Amino acid sequence: MYSSEDYKDIEAKIFAGERLTREDGLRLLACRDIAWLGSMADYVRKKKCGDIVYYNVNCHVNLTNICTSKCKFCAFGKDKDAPGAYAMSVEEAVAKVKEAMQDPNLAGLHIVSGLHTDWTFEDYLERLQALHDAFPHLYLKGFTGVEITHFAKISGLTVEEVLLKLKAAGLQAIAGGGAEILSDRVRERLCPNKATAEEWLNVSRTAHRLGIKTNASMLYGHIETMEERIDHLLKLRDLQDETGGIQTFICFPFLPKNTELGEMVEQTSMWDDLRMIAISRLMLDNIRNIKAYWVMLTVPVAQVALGFGANDMDGTIHKETILHDAGATSPTALSEDRIIRIIREAGRIPASCDCNFNIIRMFTEKDQQAQVAQAAQQ
Amino acid sequence: MDKKTIEAARGRAERGERLSLEDALALYEDNDLLFLAACARKMKERKSGKSVFYNVNRHINLTNICTSGCPLCAFQCEEGDKRGFVLETEDIARILEEAKGVRNLGEIHIVSALHPTKDFDYYLNVVKQVRAALPEADIKAFTPVEIVHFSQMTGKSIREVLEILQAAGLSSLPGGGAEILSDRVRREICPKKATTAEWIETIKTAHALGIRTNCTMMYGHIETIEERLQHLITLRDIQDETGGFQAFVSFPFHPANTQLAHLQRVGSWEDMKMMALSRLILDNIDHIKAFWIMLTMPIAQLALGFGADDLDGTIGEEKIIHAAGAKTNTGITRSKLRQLITEAGFVPVERDTFYHPVEDANLPAEKANLDDARSDDAKAGGREGAVQ
Repeated sequence: MYSSEDYKDIEAKIFAGERLTREDGLRLLACRDIAWLGSMADYVRKKKCGDIVYYNVNCHVNLTNICTSKCKFCAFGKDKDAPGAYAMSVEEAVAKVKEAMQDPNLAGLHIVSGLHTDWTFEDYLERLQALHDAFPHLYLKGFTGVEITHFAKISGLTVEEVLLKLKAAGLQAIAGGGAEILSDRVRERLCPNKATAEEWLNVSRTAHRLGIKTNASMLYGHIETMEERIDHLLKLRDLQDETGGIQTFICFPFLPKNTELGEMVEQTSMWDDLRMIAISRLMLDNIRNIKAYWVMLTVPVAQVALGFGANDMDGTIHKETILHDAGATSPTALSEDRIIRIIREAGRIPASCDCNFNIIRMFTEKDQQAQVAQAAQQ
Repeated sequence: MDKKTIEAARGRAERGERLSLEDALALYEDNDLLFLAACARKMKERKSGKSVFYNVNRHINLTNICTSGCPLCAFQCEEGDKRGFVLETEDIARILEEAKGVRNLGEIHIVSALHPTKDFDYYLNVVKQVRAALPEADIKAFTPVEIVHFSQMTGKSIREVLEILQAAGLSSLPGGGAEILSDRVRREICPKKATTAEWIETIKTAHALGIRTNCTMMYGHIETIEERLQHLITLRDIQDETGGFQAFVSFPFHPANTQLAHLQRVGSWEDMKMMALSRLILDNIDHIKAFWIMLTMPIAQLALGFGADDLDGTIGEEKIIHAAGAKTNTGITRSKLRQLITEAGFVPVERDTFYHPVEDANLPAEKANLDDARSDDAKAGGREGAVQ
């Protein structure tokens, strides 16, 4: 095939379906031949997942931006008395979703919030329960390993008990955020007040044991080293070997604007973002789905990422706020039509799914032809 | 399309052989983006090795008042419109004075509208004025559409017009206005300007006079895929005959503010696919340009992985595409361009209009480490501009 000469051995491993080592990962990170990297990742994607690209018709619900953890990379979290600080009441949370319900295809919610100074675990639980009661047909995905660790601490419950209560209140899957870089060196410097690497992993492990699937993520492009990026992927791969409960992996390029690191860190390039997607696909041989999160990547990068190993476009989102506070230049929502068009242009089959990757609607070529014929008649 | 046709086309692309229209259609339909990228990159490296070119240039748009009223255009307006402008001798003198201060300024790029009352002498005098002010800079000016307009205005032949401009100092043509070389398409998107035959005649005449040109394509509007790919093959045929094309530049259509605003901008996937297919089909053209003003810088950088070997210039002030809602900055620094090229694993080469490397001991050394050389999308215009 068409490989970089220096990478013949890695290419042979990929074609043979062999696991890549830490050393291989570091070499891939040094590779500038993006077309080769992409073609390797695309080969693996095709073999493992075929041509379906998943997306959600979803709505993000951020219950509060008041947060005790004050992570240096965050532009969303605020002190309680800061301008712009908010905390949704039960009614406000329900009202927000009611508004999003104007989209008849809305399938579910993504609920991620700050670690509120005064809220108890019951406060979060109450809102979750209310949303579940008000909209029983919507799937509920939410709460990161960081929030769940926080809930355990403030309630005196174990992580397992917290998870069981969330599950009983309607939660069907755990969000993948808060993993950042699973290195205590990095976390001590960037997010010392929240879950440690081990605590984050422990939430996922416990959830998997209880039959709750989770996502996993990585926030890169700040103070981490290349070794730490690869080690992060390996930690997730090890956990997945153990439990098999990770559904999708999400790469977040760090957006420095409006954060404490804004002055000292330059934003990653599209080049860097696409190679991270490709390398994630290649290293995470036991995680089925790789997400091109358009909010952070921007739509053009996310679309091209479908050629670099990604098979998941995230969702319509309704209105994204966390990353737009950090200067994200992408739109705050995408229409379902647009997501379908983006996926189709890449020659893939769009399929809307719930938070556990059960397909709700699939748009094959036949459906497309039928739609075109219908449009022509009108 | 059947599997056998696709496989045969893939084989030819992989071996770098000449592609027929049928091959091109098969590769388009196959839609294997990263395969096309790998083949395109191989061809790029055969032509220009690890080099990626850029130049230090300055764009001057003389006027936006235009008689052609092309539905595809957001730049032009009619006389009397408050957006209208025309640069006069003193305006140009001011721009040239500013340009004198730009280190290694290699090229003045002049593209304008078909003004209803400005005569040929107006344009000719601009060339003379630039030549006098900047004797070292190459003057790349006037698309074939403008040349045809000059010919019609003056009653002179295309050849005479080109000879007069050449004598005044013009050294190359930018090659715009090709859009899609199909009269069916042109009737819809630009009915009043140069026809396919006129565009081709102008280019061939220029090449015969030793005036090198670029060639272009505007895609993603009302053309069919076959018309788009046939356009590339038409350009290849011309090049077989004359050898006068230096670079090919493709423009994704930006519908905002045009009469075709109901269309949607094609995605970045399509941009990269066309980049790679252009490289593969145009096997006799040396350079493929990723025109960052159109694509946004992040996508232009990515295009270097899809067969492009030229990032165009450190353009001073660009008006035409920004009128159509391009969200890119109107200029970029030399060091930023070099950094983007280095990050992509290539060697930045500053060039003149004719792709001769410019020697300059003062050019900044490149950061070898990728982590130190991260590009700054925010400063280079953001990425979201590319797809609306």
